[in-house]
Amino acid sequence: MTIATTLDRTLTAVPTELARGRGGGGPASKRVVVAYGFWIFILSDMVMFSALFAAYAVLQGNTAGGPTGAELFDLRSVFIETMCLLLSSYTCGLGALSAERRQPGRFLIFAVLTFVLGAAFLFIEVSEFARMVQKGAGPSRSAFLSAFFTLVGTHGVHVAGGLIALIYLAAQVIAKGLRAAVLRRLLCWSLFWHALDIVWVGVFTLVYLMGDFH
Amino acid sequence: MTDAHEHVFDDRTPGVEEHEATASYLSYTVGLVLAVLATIASFVVSQTNLLWPPGIPVGLIVLAFAQIGVHLVFFLHLGSGSDSTNNILALAFGVLIVFLVITGSIWITTNLNSNMMPMSVH
Repeated sequence: MTIATTLDRTLTAVPTELARGRGGGGPASKRVVVAYGFWIFILSDMVMFSALFAAYAVLQGNTAGGPTGAELFDLRSVFIETMCLLLSSYTCGLGALSAERRQPGRFLIFAVLTFVLGAAFLFIEVSEFARMVQKGAGPSRSAFLSAFFTLVGTHGVHVAGGLIALIYLAAQVIAKGLRAAVLRRLLCWSLFWHALDIVWVGVFTLVYLMGDFH
Repeated sequence: MTDAHEHVFDDRTPGVEEHEATASYLSYTVGLVLAVLATIASFVVSQTNLLWPPGIPVGLIVLAFAQIGVHLVFFLHLGSGSDSTNNILALAFGVLIVFLVITGSIWITTNLNSNMMPMSVH
C-alpha cells in the first residue's frame, strides 16, 4: 500500500469533528503524544546518521595506501551480527506485546532474550574493531577508516545505550509493575530498538556489502 | 451523547498496531521472515554472480529499501491502521531531509573531487 492511499483513506475515514488531536475529539492521549515526540527524536537521530552515511560514502575510496574494506571485512561475522540484531528486534516486539497485555513474566523473558542478542551483536562488533586496530587499521590510519569507525561506532554506541536502558526498564517493571508510565517508556524503548535495526540495514548494505562485492 | 463519545477516533501511536490482540504475533513473525529473506538475498547477491555484476549495487540498494519497508510496516506498524497521518507525515519529512543530506553531500563532493588538481599520496 502506498503512503498516498493510506493518507487518502485516513482523511476520509475519520470525520474531523471526531478526530482527537486534530479536531473536536479533544486532545490526544498522553501515550500518543509521548510516542509521537519520541518518534520525532528518532527521525532527528536518523538525520544525524544520514550525515555520517554521507561522510562514509564520500570518503570510502580514500584509503591513503592503507587496507581497503574488502581486505578488512569478514562477511561471515557481519552476517551473524545482522541476524543477532534482527532477532533481538523480533523478541523486543514480542516483549512489547506481552507488556501491552500485562504479562510481566513473559515480558521479562523476552527482555532477557533481547538483551542477550543485543549484547552478542555488540560483542562481535567490538572484537572486530579490536582485530582491525591490532592489524594497524585503526581510525587514524586513513579517511576511509575514520569514517568507518565513526559510522559503525556511533551505531554501536546507540546499541550499548539501548542495552543499558533495557536493564533500567526491566528493573522498573520488576519494582513498579506494568503501570501506564512504565508502559510508555517501554513503548519508546521498543521504537528506539526497531529504529536501530533500520539503521543497521543501511550500515551492512552500504559499508559491508557494497564495499566488498564479488 | 455518551454513545458519540464511545466512538472517538484516537490518533495512532507510532509502534502500536490497532488490534493488538489478534494480529500482532503473526505480524511480527511475518516481518521477521521477510526481513531474514531480504538479508540473505543481499548477502547472496553481493557474493555471487547471480546479478549482472555492474547491477549489484543497485540490487543491494533495492533490497535495503525493501527491508526498511518491511521493518516500518511489520515492526513499527506504520501505515497499517486508519489513523496514522501524523506519524507518516513526520516520517516523510525525515526521509526528505535524509535524502537531501546524502545526495547533496555526494553530489557536491564528487563535483569538488573532479575539479581538484591531482595530488600524490605520501
